[in-house]
Amino acid sequence: MSFITGVGLTPYGKHEGSSSLDLMSKAAQAALDDAGLKRSDIDGILCGYSTVSPHIMLATVFAEHFGIRPSYAHAVQVGGATGLAMTMLAHHLVEAGVARNVLVVAGENRLTGQSRDASIQALAQVGHPDYEVPLGPTIPAYYGLVATRYMHEYGVTEADLAEFAVLMRSHACTHPGAQFQDPITVADVMASKPVAMPLKLLDCCPVSDGGAAFVISRERTGEAGVRIRGCAQAHTHQHVTAAPALSELGAEISIARARKATGLAISDVRYAAIYDSFTITLAMLLEDLGLAGRGEAAARVRSGHFSRDGAMPLNTHGGLLSYGHCGVGGAMAHLVEAHLQMTGRAANRQVRDASIALLHGDGGVLSSHVSMFLERVR
Amino acid sequence: MSERLADWTKDEQAITFQTCAACGHVQYFHRAFCAACGASDPHEARASGKGRVYATSLVCRAATPETRAHVPYNILLVDCAEGFRMMAHGENGLAIGDEVDATFKPFAGKLVPFFTKTK
Repeated sequence: MSFITGVGLTPYGKHEGSSSLDLMSKAAQAALDDAGLKRSDIDGILCGYSTVSPHIMLATVFAEHFGIRPSYAHAVQVGGATGLAMTMLAHHLVEAGVARNVLVVAGENRLTGQSRDASIQALAQVGHPDYEVPLGPTIPAYYGLVATRYMHEYGVTEADLAEFAVLMRSHACTHPGAQFQDPITVADVMASKPVAMPLKLLDCCPVSDGGAAFVISRERTGEAGVRIRGCAQAHTHQHVTAAPALSELGAEISIARARKATGLAISDVRYAAIYDSFTITLAMLLEDLGLAGRGEAAARVRSGHFSRDGAMPLNTHGGLLSYGHCGVGGAMAHLVEAHLQMTGRAANRQVRDASIALLHGDGGVLSSHVSMFLERVR
Repeated sequence: MSERLADWTKDEQAITFQTCAACGHVQYFHRAFCAACGASDPHEARASGKGRVYATSLVCRAATPETRAHVPYNILLVDCAEGFRMMAHGENGLAIGDEVDATFKPFAGKLVPFFTKTK
């Protein structure tokens, strides 16, 4: 058994003058404080990567900087799925008795540490170096391709996709740490600058500075416990050119495995924390995971199903689309928010019941998937 | 192992693909083996350049000075007649399901496959 005993999250947006290590340290300290643990209690460290400050041994760079001599440490790289992949590994390390308290940490000054062009350029390299990158695609273009096909197959419209941006923004408006705090409308999304059609600026997550961290432990340290009930992965391809048909999506495979591992059904889920790099990502993943029927997710947004007081509250912090996206830390904010909801600490964002949460992360171009169920234990 | 056929990634105006002699698997990304069964030396051939549009995305925001000179440019996934999928450029008005033919056009210092609607 493993528990998430502490979480830490910085505001996302601009942290002028902060390095990746600064942001990692800030989040790590907050997670340790939340867990009520000291540096000497941490015997495992897993960290993500920084595109601003790449290093072949980031986990030990961080451990030395932060002041920990762990018995287990390394970095993990699975794109946007890295945060949940690290959490899954921490869960297994703790269950196997390799470590007692694993610190999972990521942070990056992606917004102020490099130009937007540099960020877009760095990320486009997930494409094939010979067969894709010379064509000048960007991450929005890879997802734009996925979007036109999905819209064609299931009759989803650009206005449907815009609903997800509006929902995430309305949630972000209630979180003081979110990068964007001004409400937007479907018309605003539709009128925003074209990036890679059908995706427009407000269909895309921003580039942010920020950091996030958790502690995964064998024993609970507080009264309210959040347990990792079970998780699974699926990796179907790297490049969008080699992606399988829409009938064999990785998210469907990983959620089926996670359901089998836990014995849980989608109908058991009370809170959803789903990767939302673009509006199309969120629409597709909700439908792949079974949180909405095919082509029906937008209608569920309109009816309030995914709102804070709806039947399935979703990314109540505002998600990547509006809380912000600082790389690996981006989707870790989803888990931090789920933890706050499950432990009744989400303040004005608190939902009625977050007893069982479903988390899902996606890396590459729907290439790598991690599905995870969290359960509150008293 | 047979000599590799030059294609557009090697500055030749051609699209090539491989077919596995053992299992029949068709692949676009060149390898010394079949990715489906592992058999070595899959047979290489030039593609006809005929295909059907699977997906499109019109890029309006590019990230380098070289690519920015070309915006907007339409990126496609094309299902080629020989049974493989590839990424390419194409005419701006193309729609999913359109029958297309390959030509080649300069883009950011390189000749890249550019699909136009079959007449």
